[in-house]
Amino acid sequence: MKSVSRLSTLFAIALAGTGFAGIVHAADGEGIVVYNAQHESLGREWIEAFTKATGIKVTMRQGGDMQFANQLIQEGAASPADVFLTENSPAMTLVDGAGLFAPVDAATLAQVPEQFRPANGNWTGIAGRSTVFAYDKTKLTEDKLPKSMLDLADPAWKGRWGASPAGADFQAIVGALLATKGEQATAQWLKAMKENSVAYKGNSVAIKAVNAHEVEGAVIYHYYWFGDQAKTGENSKNVGLHYFRNQDPGAFLSVSGGGVLKSSKHQKEAQEFLKFVTGQGGQDILKNGTSFEYAINGDANAKLVPIKDLQAPKVDASKLDSKKVVELMTAAGIL
Amino acid sequence: MLQHASSLRRSSGRTGGHRFLPALRPHPVATLLALCVALFSLLPLGFIVLVTFDVGWETVRELVFRPRVGELLINTVYLEVVTIPISIVVAVGLAWLTERTDLPFRRFFSGLAVAPLAIPAFVHSYAWITFLPGMRGLWSAVFVAVLAYYPFLYLPVAASLRRLDPALEDAGASLGLSPLRVFLRVVLPQLRLAICGGSLLIALHLLSEYGLFVMIRFDTFATAIVDQFQSSYNSPASNMLGGVLVLCCLLLLLLEIILRGNERYARVGTGTARPSVVHALGALTLPCLLLPILVAGLAIGVPLYTLGRWMWLGGLAIWQADMLGNALLQTLVLSLVGGVLATALAAPMAWLSVRAPGRVQRVLEACHYYVGSLPGVVVALALVTVTVRYFMPLYQTFATLLAAYVLLFLPRAMVGLRASIAQAPVELERAATALGRPPRRAVFEITFRLAAPGAAASVALAALGIANELTATLMLSPLGVDTLATRFWSLTSEIDYVSAAPYAVMMVVLSMPMTLYLHLQSKRVAGQ
Repeated sequence: MKSVSRLSTLFAIALAGTGFAGIVHAADGEGIVVYNAQHESLGREWIEAFTKATGIKVTMRQGGDMQFANQLIQEGAASPADVFLTENSPAMTLVDGAGLFAPVDAATLAQVPEQFRPANGNWTGIAGRSTVFAYDKTKLTEDKLPKSMLDLADPAWKGRWGASPAGADFQAIVGALLATKGEQATAQWLKAMKENSVAYKGNSVAIKAVNAHEVEGAVIYHYYWFGDQAKTGENSKNVGLHYFRNQDPGAFLSVSGGGVLKSSKHQKEAQEFLKFVTGQGGQDILKNGTSFEYAINGDANAKLVPIKDLQAPKVDASKLDSKKVVELMTAAGIL
Repeated sequence: MLQHASSLRRSSGRTGGHRFLPALRPHPVATLLALCVALFSLLPLGFIVLVTFDVGWETVRELVFRPRVGELLINTVYLEVVTIPISIVVAVGLAWLTERTDLPFRRFFSGLAVAPLAIPAFVHSYAWITFLPGMRGLWSAVFVAVLAYYPFLYLPVAASLRRLDPALEDAGASLGLSPLRVFLRVVLPQLRLAICGGSLLIALHLLSEYGLFVMIRFDTFATAIVDQFQSSYNSPASNMLGGVLVLCCLLLLLLEIILRGNERYARVGTGTARPSVVHALGALTLPCLLLPILVAGLAIGVPLYTLGRWMWLGGLAIWQADMLGNALLQTLVLSLVGGVLATALAAPMAWLSVRAPGRVQRVLEACHYYVGSLPGVVVALALVTVTVRYFMPLYQTFATLLAAYVLLFLPRAMVGLRASIAQAPVELERAATALGRPPRRAVFEITFRLAAPGAAASVALAALGIANELTATLMLSPLGVDTLATRFWSLTSEIDYVSAAPYAVMMVVLSMPMTLYLHLQSKRVAGQ
């Protein structure tokens, strides 16, 4: 009995030891580290295709835009990250502001139209996403839809719309509002939003709530609807998409960004990854895959409203002030 | 319940002969080790204090005294005030029926009453939110929380009910009290310690739980801190929310000490107590059966049904062997290593508190226990900030994640160890020294060897807690680490309920041994 228990203890320790060494090793392997704030599935698709094409191993860490941006700033030169991919541009601006990005290779920049990258060339756009008002088709008809995102501040909309305010997506939309309408108007709109809107954790949850008739509409990005329609349509069968257009803040086209960290010890591989994502290989995944985000190099997925018809407001993606947005949202009691 | 079980045992553990014999030596090494662990466990508290000074009073005022914090406080108070009384009623009702009546199949129902513990709280809410998608807000949160946590009350209450001396109830009845009055005036007051201990545990869980409330869309401090963390990493705003949350925890601990009181509950007199009276339910049998059936149906039936349904819908395709196997392996290894580490670090204190209890030791011991009451989100915030600022080489490493696990599950590790060290006679240690072994070797070769079963239980308890830990793992995990809980969480966040099901099932399977252990342990406490 005693020897059995001793044997099993030894066995357990040996198992733990080897397993532990195994996972430590796996985490510490060769290749590059990507902090991926893009959708996990899209990030994985890019990485798999890249590894297949180049043989370079990639370790992905999944998280949120602003979480990673602030994390990178705190980590500074010691950051384990080589590449940073986001869903929206404010996080890129924040990291760039801290001087942590290495300039993007000229060949990569040449692949990306000017409107989707900052003038200083320290990061680049990798994908685009349009703001929409996803609405409950059984409750709202076209004539009852808000003309502008600003209309949602009206008391008539109290309790009738939702959003995912803790997410970087919505915070980028607020950033566009701030850039186009100024601080005072934004603060007022947020105050009204606190009164009027229902807060969801995540855009998929918000669209699901619209579908389940919990709220009449939600301010989210376009691809949640297309993605669900391509799968089962179960979470979006009652949902229609309303594009605000007319250069409205609610017609904001957000730019997802990618950049190489200055502190990276794998500059060449990291630059190569960024080139792949913005090149044909990466953009075809956007065009033909199930992410339904806009390709920024080449044609968008044929099912989407073409970018030029979105009538998005002219917003400099690198000028969105995420810090101010979080401040204003915290002050409004939303965060 | 764990703290409670230990306090139950504390009384029996201290009756060893060492009180009459002078201690061999002041145990400097053990004290030093325990002091180190105690200081380490003060780290989250120190962090809050440090950050508060760091950002300055102005910012603190701005970030703490704002409407949002008030809202969260109100939510938290409502949640606690509504959930706990309901849990008490459910738990005491079930315990009474299964322990003191002739309810049919009561052994079976008593096991079933503990079973919900095998289902992590966020899996409970996953099951309910997919069963009734409209669930949200306070009442839904209360509903799921009661189902997920009432066993924490059931266990100690059932154990106490088994040990009550029926003579007191007889005395009450002979003085003319009706059976209901006997229950209210004689039985219930004797359950006070059990109810206070169990309620404290539930209250603390309500403060620290993240996943359950996110799914049910009910904002608490834990969810708000993670929101802030996701928008701005370890910003002053998230740290200050963490500070308020810690204050809430300390307040609860204090409240429990006050409510617990100082009454004496031990029986005096010669001989042992008779076995307790079994009340015949008679015509009430059928209605009384409804309670355990209803609770089991809601707390086990619905989760099993929804898990089964998702598995059926997903078929074989959702069992992606590589991802699942990887998450399972990492979870097992992390839990095992974390469990062993927590137990090893708890050992000096556990040994001291049995062999050399004193005022200093009491303080050190309190440090070991308080830290387990802190939410994972606060411990993780503290470790993120401390490592990223001062110990960069440790940042995002297994060492840091394991440190968080140790802090969170130190009390669990203490429980089993303490009890079994108390059962190892000090005389054997002394005999070994008298026969020529150096004291340190005597402790290792005699006491710790005898305490091995308790240590194994400690490892298991801590390991199973780690296996289901979500928030700290999310915030601290090193690159490439995915546990069952974090994979489950990222899949449910993408509303991929089908693919999440296998992860939930694995967590339930992993938690079953602990649940069984707790069930048997609570019977052992009652001497059965």
